[in-house]
Amino acid sequence: MIALFASLLLFWLLLNGSPAGDVVMVGVAASLSIAFLFRDGLAIFAEWRPRALATTVRYFFFFLKELIKANLNVAKIVLAPSLPLTPGFVKVRTRLKSRMGRLLLANSITLTPGTLTVDMDGEWLYIHWVSVDSAEIAAATAAIVTGFEEYLEVMYG
Amino acid sequence: MDSVLGLLGGLFLIAGAAFLLLGGLGLVRMPDVFNRIQAGTKATTLGTLFGLAGAACLQPDWALKLMLIGLFILFTNPISSQVLARAAHRSHAEKSALTAVDRLEDDQGA
Amino acid sequence: MVELLVNCAAMLAGLAFLLALYRFFKGPSAADRVVAFDVLTIIAITAIVLVALTERRAIYLDVALIYALLSFLGVIVVARYLERGL
Repeated sequence: MIALFASLLLFWLLLNGSPAGDVVMVGVAASLSIAFLFRDGLAIFAEWRPRALATTVRYFFFFLKELIKANLNVAKIVLAPSLPLTPGFVKVRTRLKSRMGRLLLANSITLTPGTLTVDMDGEWLYIHWVSVDSAEIAAATAAIVTGFEEYLEVMYG
Repeated sequence: MDSVLGLLGGLFLIAGAAFLLLGGLGLVRMPDVFNRIQAGTKATTLGTLFGLAGAACLQPDWALKLMLIGLFILFTNPISSQVLARAAHRSHAEKSALTAVDRLEDDQGA
Repeated sequence: MVELLVNCAAMLAGLAFLLALYRFFKGPSAADRVVAFDVLTIIAITAIVLVALTERRAIYLDVALIYALLSFLGVIVVARYLERGL
């Protein structure tokens, strides 16, 4: 509940961009009432572990690197006259248990080289892959999931 | 306004717009809806982020709000493309003839 | 110089908009149109930021943020509809 209150207030302050007294007062009142109303409902935000701050920062940069790689990759395919595609849907497995961890994993996969999360079923993820290297679960998991999982496992478990 | 930061911002804007164009091109060229989602959403996400970074260089006092927009887009864009891809697959959208395997359909058929 | 770069960026974004518009009208499936719509809104957000830059009015950034929020919800709702109807 405190985490939710703090993130709401931070969002409000960023949105207004001014620390004036009345702005802060409205923000505190609104964040407090929302945090109270949703004290059970939005627990998903509370799963983050504060001691993983350093990993979160490193994850962010790793993610940015992957995002840029993804786009150069897409650019290569789109600009090539022959459209070199071997698309397919593969199945991978994650070790992550928490909802937020899985959400971030699915999001990260979607934004990185040639992969797009299509469906989730517990620990199984179905990925659309622009160039399928291997349809085997273990090999596809190693290629798509493992890089992010190392970071997210520390952050959320 | 012609400072180093201003020029850097302008270049960021150009790079962002180029990625947007790439996304549009992918949207037109890719053979089926799943590949279009791939090309369309990835390139435009990075393009928008570059655009926002460029705007932040040109107007540094807007940086906080631009960052907020960027974070929001970074978080919601993949979600909407995922939901779209799932909807397309469940509503049996046509797949390109190049598609090699479909483990999802295999599992649902079983 | 910077004005020129901003104008070039606006032109490239406009071209991207036209390409996405082509896919929006061509389809062929409803899912294709929704993807095109999603891309159109993302381009529009950049366009709004560019307008804010040339007009030097920060208030447009709020428009961009709310637009991003609403289009996200719109795409989710339409996708749910495609899956199994409202």
